[in-house]
Amino acid sequence: MSAAPRGLARAFSAGHPALVVYLMAGYPDREGSLAALTAAAEAGADLIELGVPYTDAIADGPVIRRAGEAARDAAGGTFGLAETLDLAAEFIERSGESAPPVAVMTYTNPVMRMGWAEAARRMADAGVSGAILPDLPPDSPAAQEWTAAAREAGVDTVYLVAPTSTEDRLRTVAEASRGFVYCVSTTGVTGERESLPTEVPELVERTRAALAAAGSPDLPIAVGFGVSTPEQAAEIARVADGVVVGSACVKRQDDPSQLAGFVGKVADSVTSVTGNGVSA
Amino acid sequence: MSDAFLPSADSTYRTPDAQGFFGPYGGSFVPETVVPALRELEQAWKEAQTDELFIDEFEGLLADYVGRPTPLWEAKRLAEAVGLGRVLLKREDLTHTGAHKINNTLGQCLLARRMGKGRVIAETGAGQHGVATATAAALLGLECAVFMGTEDIRRQALNVYKMKLLGAEVVPVDDGTGTLADAVSAALRHWVERVRDTFYVIGSALGPHPYPTLVRAFQSVIGSETIAQLENRSIGKVDAVVACVGGGSNAIGTFYPFLTSLSAEERPMLVGAEAAGEGIETARHGASLAKGSPGVMHGFYSYLLQDEGGNPMEAYSISAGLDYPGIGPEHSHLHDAGLVRYMPVTDAEALEAFALLSHTEGIIPAIESSHALALLPRLAKELGPEATVVVTVSGRGDKDMDIVREAGLAR
Ligand SMILES: Cc1ncc(COP(=O)(O)O)c(C=O)c1O
Repeated sequence: MSAAPRGLARAFSAGHPALVVYLMAGYPDREGSLAALTAAAEAGADLIELGVPYTDAIADGPVIRRAGEAARDAAGGTFGLAETLDLAAEFIERSGESAPPVAVMTYTNPVMRMGWAEAARRMADAGVSGAILPDLPPDSPAAQEWTAAAREAGVDTVYLVAPTSTEDRLRTVAEASRGFVYCVSTTGVTGERESLPTEVPELVERTRAALAAAGSPDLPIAVGFGVSTPEQAAEIARVADGVVVGSACVKRQDDPSQLAGFVGKVADSVTSVTGNGVSA
Repeated sequence: MSDAFLPSADSTYRTPDAQGFFGPYGGSFVPETVVPALRELEQAWKEAQTDELFIDEFEGLLADYVGRPTPLWEAKRLAEAVGLGRVLLKREDLTHTGAHKINNTLGQCLLARRMGKGRVIAETGAGQHGVATATAAALLGLECAVFMGTEDIRRQALNVYKMKLLGAEVVPVDDGTGTLADAVSAALRHWVERVRDTFYVIGSALGPHPYPTLVRAFQSVIGSETIAQLENRSIGKVDAVVACVGGGSNAIGTFYPFLTSLSAEERPMLVGAEAAGEGIETARHGASLAKGSPGVMHGFYSYLLQDEGGNPMEAYSISAGLDYPGIGPEHSHLHDAGLVRYMPVTDAEALEAFALLSHTEGIIPAIESSHALALLPRLAKELGPEATVVVTVSGRGDKDMDIVREAGLAR
């Protein structure tokens, strides 16, 4: 009698590894980003990670930073969390049942500025299923306030682990995360990379162990940062439950048909992978 | 000066808490990748603080390499010119490399070496912290890269050349306005990438925990020496102690020993000078306390110039070292608690003070330090002609010759 999974988990229930597509809200402009969202969803994105333009993106590489800047410029200087949620609401409503779940990727300050509870409520109202705050360590007092507000509103918070994470850090992230755990493939910021570090499978294994220890053995793990080709995506899909493709999509975001073509190829590559044993 | 590392036992001013919060300010808002490195740093620092060898080496360098203690100079002609009884200048401009920044970079580079990191990075605005880091790195045999905004590279060409001469790589940062805040962000991003072999030497009392506490400890030598020098000269009553505030390292280094070793009744008024640029009523200033609101930037929570959506905004000041939209978290706490007064100072006022010190005392101050000096006439009005005021002259003005020449300061 299991009901259809709610929230971000829905993205991982298709029987194949999930493709998470990162797009920048408002880039190249509001209409253009709406077209890109639709194109990515139709081409096979299982989950959309929607970036909020921000001037001090300390976890992002040049492609995503420039897209954020262009989005703000296109909107006359103001395109932030509020505008992103408004955009998300329109996309989700337009796409109806077929819409993949959306997680908002925002730095902490815009959320603080809006207010923890207000931001969580507005995310929920927009139909957004989750939030990723890359500069909010889960054990900080602020994260505890945010987590409480997000749970109250029914928004999943995805926390991140990195190759440098110690076992106790993995455990902390495993306990705090809802929806999925985001494995950062490499030390560094977002951006395309020629090859992925060989340590990814080990990090995924360590994260799985931490999840099991935290009593959430079924929480999916998605790996991102640096994934730029269908081949690399398949490589990740063989060890993880999901693959996040960011800069490589944002780079094509100003041309929906080119973006759709690319997402389609990556989706084919990811969904053809079977037998990683966890997503089912 | 080991007492500068730890507040005295009877002190009531005790900050930060275990997670690095000064009241509500500070903390650690960083990507997970560097969280373990910050924990490691905290641990290494805990151990170093009680390691006699580490403290001896640091103090030895301060004495023989930096040239400490720096004098506390009684500026009689300046006092007369501004209408105060006595003005005493804490001469950080006389340190090796010409600014207080060297106290901190030697401390952090010693820690880097202790932690087995062979490479250090730094951000710089005026170039003083960059030069100080390159200097400490050269001395300790560490590889060094300094991130600097392209606008600051233009404004501070001399320091760029010095850093290269000292063996450092200068990495131009072309993002945003090409100033200090952009350099900090670029350095943080680079640190995320190279965290395993690289130590980030932060140049002011800011950044994620434990940096603000670390920088405070290394800079507290300024205030500790000042208190001892005042005692030696039997100068009993000081009415005010003034320092300029960019991120706030020379100011907290000056104030902290006064906060911890003197009771509120004995303590002089502590005053921080913020950059008001073209005026806090304009959009071009760097006065985060006067005009900002609390928020997160560069890994910590503090007052910040930000827009409605929570984006940090551009700051502006004639001085590259004060051209920063945030402020160290402890200053936000001291501001809210009413323990320190912060007053905005415009470019024009700073330039005037720059000229005044030059021709009354034969001391050419940094344009940053001139912001502190510019408060003297205001304080004279408030405290009267008998009052005694101490000012930290955080650095010397050689680097600012082009700027003041452009402003036509010489008569
Ligand atoms: C001479 C001098 N004074 C002051 C500052 C401002 O920094 P802080 O507020 O950390 O002392 C700088 C920064 O570059 C400087 O070079």
